[in-house]
Order: sequence, then structure tokens, then C-alpha cells
Amino acid sequence: MTTLPRRAVLAAAGALALPAIARAQGAARLVVVGGGFGGASAASFARRRFPWLDVTLVEPQRAFVTCPYGNLVLAGERRIEQITHSYEGLRARGVRVVHDRALAVDPAARTVRLAGGDTLSYDRVILSPGIALRWGAIQGYDEAAAARMPHAWLPGDGTQTRTLRRMLEEMPDGGVVGIAIPDNPFRCPPGPYERISMIAHYLKRHKPRSKILALDAKEGFSKQPLFQDGWRALYGEMIEWVPASRDGKVTRVDPAGMVLETEFGTRHRVAVANVIPPQRAADIAAPFAAANGWVDVDPTTFEARLAPGVHVVGDANNGAPMPKSGYVANSTAKQAVASAAALLRGEAPPEPVYFNTCYSHVGQDYAISVVGVFRVGPRGIAEVPGAGGVSPRGDLPEQRRLEALHADSWYDSITRDMFA
Amino acid sequence: MLKPPLLGFAFAALAALPSAAQAPLAAEGCLGCHGPRGGGQGGIAALAGRDADELAAIMRAFRANERPGTIMGRIARGYTDAEIAAVAAHFAALR
Ligand SMILES: Cc1cc2nc3c(=O)[nH]c(=O)nc-3n(C[C@H](O)[C@H](O)[C@H](O)COP(=O)(O)OP(=O)(O)OC[C@H]3O[C@@H](n4cnc5c(N)ncnc54)[C@H](O)[C@@H]3O)c2cc1C
Ligand code: HEC
Repeated sequence: MTTLPRRAVLAAAGALALPAIARAQGAARLVVVGGGFGGASAASFARRRFPWLDVTLVEPQRAFVTCPYGNLVLAGERRIEQITHSYEGLRARGVRVVHDRALAVDPAARTVRLAGGDTLSYDRVILSPGIALRWGAIQGYDEAAAARMPHAWLPGDGTQTRTLRRMLEEMPDGGVVGIAIPDNPFRCPPGPYERISMIAHYLKRHKPRSKILALDAKEGFSKQPLFQDGWRALYGEMIEWVPASRDGKVTRVDPAGMVLETEFGTRHRVAVANVIPPQRAADIAAPFAAANGWVDVDPTTFEARLAPGVHVVGDANNGAPMPKSGYVANSTAKQAVASAAALLRGEAPPEPVYFNTCYSHVGQDYAISVVGVFRVGPRGIAEVPGAGGVSPRGDLPEQRRLEALHADSWYDSITRDMFA
Repeated sequence: MLKPPLLGFAFAALAALPSAAQAPLAAEGCLGCHGPRGGGQGGIAALAGRDADELAAIMRAFRANERPGTIMGRIARGYTDAEIAAVAAHFAALR
């Protein structure tokens, strides 16, 4: 034991207990692209669990604004600063945070090229860049249109959410808020319906004669009976939800005239328009995507089928039957990191169990939830039968009140897991 | 100069270099509500430092619908006995 090389002893005794193994293997560099739900979770977990990994996180934004609880900002129940998180906690964990945009990943050379000119070499890379919006999929809906008809579906710097909030505040009482909702799969299946609820919550108190017209490209949605029970109980006739079969699918917009036009040619003039367009994997992951726009991955390691060594987690992959949620991004990021670490050491990746919960606020002291536990079976990822499911239906004020409190705890807890 | 206690720490750190199975990944799923290291968050109870048998018994009761709750029954039914035991032992050993 006393013959242990002095360098190794020093390294192990150092605060980071770093490179003993990394050095022995030549290197163990983990590069993470995207500092959102999947990426921040991956970087934090990697440092906590595998301190011998050298972790670099690439993220253009100086601070991360979460999509979760953005709907409460629209309701006036939160300020955007309260859902904005700094990267200092990750730095304190020993993550090298680089504020730059990744331009391209080269799986053969194992490099990531950055917009600022640098090139990072990696042994394993995790991509969690989230979604891109399909501009033009709804005729007339491009980036310019999004300034007048905000999507507020990408966190960015919070501008989109602020814009939509301001438009709601400026709308006169009695106005119609139009919301266009896409077909599956898309980011956060219950998200549009929580948004409808939170806008109704605001209108009920401040502009009670107003209406919400929700135009949907689908026939049904996540937690539908629970949402609709809540809407009837809390907001009466304020919300009209129109499924695709009743001409709910928005196919064209006219931002100048504030018109949402549906499949069968109906033109709805609205006072405020929130257009949530169809989506695909973000650009940096797009070269590895299947024809449907999302990246096919190994269900255990989350390595892209088309790019060995490149793990794609979060909304960018084809994760069905798991939803595109923050919790799934967090859960799968950890499995991808553990798999990458195992593979770097020539070990088998751990057996996964994936977890999801999405809380949705429906009103004051009123929230509902959906839970799913998932495992890898013979035909890929499958929900554990008998587990999970949605909150019970019925007149259950105590259940709803507690879930609203627990939702707040969830938000604080998961953002601490990512950023603290 | 390294002093003996530090050396001991160094060897312990080397010996304990993590393996993928170090702590059950299933326990990671709990942290999104029960706080970092299972230390509790707002109205959701702490798990860290509690008796392993008690934690496992509570989980089994949630699973069997014998303990009231808003959500834990739906969660606990997703995990096997072995996972519950491993997760309970993990949190019991913290702090
Ligand atoms: C209104 C709304 C409410 C929601 N509520 C919930 C909820 O209550 N619970 C829940 O679990 N989920 C919720 N979600 C879903 C959740 O936000 C997403 O599922 C989650 O953010 C996905 O994580 P991600 O890591 O894939 O993407 P993101 O969290 O969006 O992170 C992607 C990051 O990658 C960065 N990036 C992109 N391209 C590059 C590049 N080329 N180089 C470097 N960085 C790049 C981006 O800047 C961004 O920071 C909600 C979503 C919305 C829209
Ligand atoms: C989505 C949030 C959430 C997740 C994830 C979660 N819990 Fe819970 N947990 C709760 C809530 C809320 C309660 C209170 C009981 C209820 O309402 O169901 C609770 C209660 C408990 C209790 C009882 C505490 C007491 O003292 O009464 C235990 C034990 C527990 N959870 C263990 C776990 C374990 C282990 C995991 C991971 C496998 C886990 N929980 C994951 C939300 C969560």
C-alpha cells in the first residue's frame, strides 16, 4: 500500500478525489450539452455520483428559466425571477460551465464544436437540448408571428412568457383568449391544460366576462376528466375546449388580424393568441433524429441509435410511452450518466427504473397529478402495470389542496436536485 | 506532507471509488419530491436517517393501500420488495 504512487495519493486526497481512474484510463471526459432539466440533472448527478468524471456543461443562457411554473407566472402567482436558476451551484459542484452554443457533434471524432470557436473532446457526450418549434407547420406561424402570438413553450430568457403575461394584463374584460394546441407527441402533455386553467384563474379574478377558446389538434388529452371536472367547478362556462373532430385543429394564423384559422376554414378572431406549434428535437440533436423528428435511443443507455457514444435524454428523444416531462428528463439523465460511467469502465449499464410525476395546478389550492413508473421490457420501455395513474376523481378538496402544496415542494425539490 | 489520518482517508477514498451499483438508482426517483439526499422539502417528509425497517414498512403499506396518501400508493406500487429494501437501507444510512 505504501508503494502507491504519490501522485495518485495526492489526487485521491484532493477535494475532488479526482483522476485516479480517469488518468488510468487516459481520460474520462463527460460533455453535457444543454443546461435544462436533463442537462443540469446529468451534470449535477455525474459530479455527485462519479467524482472521477470530468464534467463540462455547454449552455448559452446565463441563467435557466423553467417551463414548469411558467403557467403560474401567467396567472400572476409567481414572478419570472422565482423560476430562474443560476449555474453557480453546478460550478460549486465542480462542473465546468461554458456559456456557448454547441453547433455540431462529431460522433466519430468524439468532439463538440462550439459557436464561439472552441472544440471540446469527450469520451461520452450527453445531449439534452430540448425541442425546436416547427416554424411554418401552422401556416403563417414563424418567429415574427411569435412576437404577436407568443408560444411561451421554450424557456429561453423568459421573454415569451413575459410577453404573453403582458398581453393578458392589457386585454380588456370580455376578450377571448385563443390557445392553439398541437397533436402528440409534444413537450409536456398536460402543460396546455394547466395553462388554460391558470389563465382562467387570472381572468376569473380580474376579467370575469372573458372567455378562453382552446383549439386542439387532438381528440383527448392528459388527465382530461380531472381537468374538465375542475374547469366546471371553478370556472363555469369560461372555457371552451374544441377537439379536432369539431374543427379544433389550427392550420393557419394571421398575426396582423389576430386570427386563428382551423382545418375546416373557421376563422376565430381573438384578443390574445397563444400558439403552441408542433415540435421536433432541437437542432443539435436533429442529425441523429428519425424521420418523425425525434431521436431513437437505446432504452437502457439512451445512446442514440445513429450515434454511438452520444446519449440523448429529455424531450429530444422518442421516449414514448414516457411523456416529455421535466421529471422524465431528470430520471433518464441519471440513468444515461450511470450507463456512460459504467461503459467507460467496461462494466454493464445498471438496470433502469424510470420515474415520472407531473403535477398540474387547476386553480387556487387545487392541483392534480399523474404518476408513471417505467421499466425496460422485451419490447422496450413500458409502464409498470398496476402502478402510477392519475389523482382520484370526485369532490375531494383536501386531496386537491394537498397536491397544490406538494406541487410547490416538487418544484423546489427538483430544481435543487438540478442546480443546488 | 501527508499525515497518517489523511493517508487513511486517501486509501478509503480509493477503495470506495464508486461502482455503478453504489446506491440504488431507484432512490434517485424519490429526490425530486423528498429533497436532495432525501432531507425533506416543504410539506414532504424527510427520509434520510430514518429506520430502514420503518421506511420499508411504510412503503409496503402504501403499496397495499393500507396507508392514506395523495400519491405515495401510486408510486410505491411501481417498486419491487428488493428495491424498497435497498432504497430504505440507502436513506437510513444517510446523515
Ligand atoms: C408550460 C410548461 C409547463 C411544464 N410543466 C412541467 C411540470 O410541471 N412538470 C414536468 O415534469 N415538466 C413540465 N414541463 C416540461 C419540461 O419543461 C420539459 O419536459 C423539460 O424542460 C425537458 O428537459 P430538456 O432537458 O429536454 O429541455 P430543456 O429543459 O428545455 O433544456 C434544454 C436546454 O438546452 C439548451 N440548448 C439547446 N440547444 C443547445 C445547443 N445547441 N448548445 C447548448 N445548449 C443548447 C437550451 O438553452 C436549454 O437551456 C412543462 C413544459 C411547459 C412548456
Ligand atoms: C411526486 C412526489 C413524490 C415522490 C417522487 C416520492 N414521494 Fe414519498 N411522499 C410524497 C408525499 C406527497 C407524501 C405524503 C403522503 C401522500 O400524500 O401520499 C410522501 C410520503 C412518503 C413517506 C411517508 C413519510 C411519513 O413520515 O409519513 C415515505 C416513507 C415516502 N414518501 C417514501 C418515498 C420513497 C422511498 C420514494 C422513492 C421511491 C418516494 N417517497 C417518492 C411525495 C413523493
